[in-house]
Amino acid sequence: MPLVRFIDFLRDRLGLVIKACIGLLALLVVADIAIVLLSHSHEAAAAVGPDLASAPSEVEAVHGFWAHLYHIAETIPVFWSVFGFIACVLIVYVSKWYGHLKVGHTHIMAPEDFYNE
Amino acid sequence: MSDLWIHPSLIFLIGAVLLPLVPQAARKGWLLLIPILAFARIITMSSGTFGVLHVANFELTFGRVDRLSQVFGYIMGLMAIIGTLYGLHVKRAAEHIAAWTYVAGSIGALYAGDFITLFLFWEVMAIASTFLIWFRGREQSIATGYRYLLVHMAGGVALLAGIMLTYKATHSLAFNPLDVLHPTAGTWLITIGFMLNAAVPPLHAWLPDAYGEATFNGSVFMCAFTTKTAVYALLRGVPGFQILIPLGVIMALYGVVYAVLENDSRRLLAYHVISQVGYMVAGVGLANLDTPFGRLAFNGVCAHAFAHILYKGLLFMGCGTVLHQTGESKFTELGGLYKKMPVTFVLTLIGGLSISAFPLFSGFVSKSMIVQAGFDSHMLWVGFLLMLASAGTFLHTGLKVPYYIFFGKNNCKPQTWEKAKDPVWNMTVAMSIAAFLCIFIGSYTPYLYGKLPLQVDYQPYNTGHVMETLQILLFTALGFFLMLKKLTPEAKISLDLDIIYRKGGPAFLWLAKKPIQAVDTFVGEIYNSGGLIPLMRTSRFVGVFDSAVIDGIVDGFASGFRNFGARLRGAQRGAIQQNLTAAFGLGAVVLLAYLFIF
Repeated sequence: MPLVRFIDFLRDRLGLVIKACIGLLALLVVADIAIVLLSHSHEAAAAVGPDLASAPSEVEAVHGFWAHLYHIAETIPVFWSVFGFIACVLIVYVSKWYGHLKVGHTHIMAPEDFYNE
Repeated sequence: MSDLWIHPSLIFLIGAVLLPLVPQAARKGWLLLIPILAFARIITMSSGTFGVLHVANFELTFGRVDRLSQVFGYIMGLMAIIGTLYGLHVKRAAEHIAAWTYVAGSIGALYAGDFITLFLFWEVMAIASTFLIWFRGREQSIATGYRYLLVHMAGGVALLAGIMLTYKATHSLAFNPLDVLHPTAGTWLITIGFMLNAAVPPLHAWLPDAYGEATFNGSVFMCAFTTKTAVYALLRGVPGFQILIPLGVIMALYGVVYAVLENDSRRLLAYHVISQVGYMVAGVGLANLDTPFGRLAFNGVCAHAFAHILYKGLLFMGCGTVLHQTGESKFTELGGLYKKMPVTFVLTLIGGLSISAFPLFSGFVSKSMIVQAGFDSHMLWVGFLLMLASAGTFLHTGLKVPYYIFFGKNNCKPQTWEKAKDPVWNMTVAMSIAAFLCIFIGSYTPYLYGKLPLQVDYQPYNTGHVMETLQILLFTALGFFLMLKKLTPEAKISLDLDIIYRKGGPAFLWLAKKPIQAVDTFVGEIYNSGGLIPLMRTSRFVGVFDSAVIDGIVDGFASGFRNFGARLRGAQRGAIQQNLTAAFGLGAVVLLAYLFIF
């Protein structure tokens, strides 16, 4: 099966694949910075972040946590890279913490025979 | 009243009834013909109101065809073809009959123009889909099926009560948008009935319970129809009901959290159904049609439901294939299967990339409409939290599912490894069709956008949106591989709110055994010493009078009571199915009586 051979080919060169992926991430970051800088130099409305053409008005953009975050999202390049990474870590840690909460004599993550006792 | 208007559900029902009569040799042809005929019927229906039936004082509308019901009808008809093709080799006719009856219920609910018709098909859906769980045939399937059915019956009662209250207030049974700015008790109850089927927490625990236990192809049907019919009903009945915005966001995140903990691949997918339907429920809450963002959300809900049915069906087909071939669905019993099931791997991966909203895949063009509407509505937290949930979606469905089944540590037992291979042709073809459509929708937007109920002025492919999506997804992937050790699935189950009714039974038994028994004994003692002994003394004096006069009367009473008791006992011991039928029938009678009286 050619597909399996291709996957094995990649697995045999795992180090190289990982380097290529890191290269891709770096490229993405560079591209994003370039786009944001370019759009700022052109004073264009559309940049990264949620469609800025329909952004909330200036008044709203100055207060509140979410408004603040929104302001950062539209001005700072690579915001969404940081957001994605933090989101991922946050989700895993919060979920694991939740899974180890105690419920009666067991935890949220209970033994498989919990309901068969 | 139209002269001849064929309801697409009728095609499924007739097909289901006749299926056992079709000779074995022609069975597969019949299985393909019926859903294709029904789909052809759906796409050729013209807009309007059809199939109006006058029953007593009120009119039932079976066919309200408009752009909203058509976009849902189209995708459900299409999914019925794919789902039936996927299970084409299943020999037992009853499984196909149950699936088609379920589809008929779902499609019937879509085209229902009044609440009675909606309720009727709503219940058909609940009952028929229960069989898809029972047919798994494991010991726990029976219990799971009953739990599923009872929860849905409870939801049905809420819906029915809401319908009755609404009718009393408005004297109309038409299934049109309710006044969500001034919700009455009736509006709340109807919304609760819809929310239960949409699996909105805290009414959601039935979903992973059922979808993890249904047959390998039963779950493919179930993941497409119940929740999406509920989304349709919410969109039709309570668009712009603001309470749904926070509930939807909670759903989107709730499913993500449980997906981290889950060890069973199909239960993980089920939790991501909750997460994805969360986007739609939030979208319904945003869908205030007087605003531009509301109209975007309204379209977004339809688009996302459309895309979701295909990619979720594809994912359930992928994991169902692994289950069907190996008998295993837990990550701790699988791994490294790309060598044995490469085609299944690639097709499952396409489903994973679609749900994760990768550019060029279907989720990208649908999910973003709802997220955008969240930002446009100036409720920025909605937008950001839905973005957060997107990272979780890719983390689990896009990465965890393919990685721990097809790569990762090989946990397969020798017999599992031996059995693992790519499936029979019909399963592969069904998955390929779904995979093709996922990419087609994502790459050629007019196909989907042209079907949406409102005029679309939305362009997902702009530099900003593509860049932001790629950044979130690729850096989530980075996080995944860095935390691979922490994410290794554990052979555990995660407790959810179904614990209330799963442990509620034993708790009630304990209550009955210990305290209630004690009270009963105590009362018995009092009766024996304080009541019975004096009574026996007195009885001697009245003996003569008793035997002469009263016996005749009492005997009559006694035999009457005995007969009544026997009937009551029968009702108590009778099969639960009969009781449910009776309860359902009684509900219908009460409703009809109510309607006639008021």
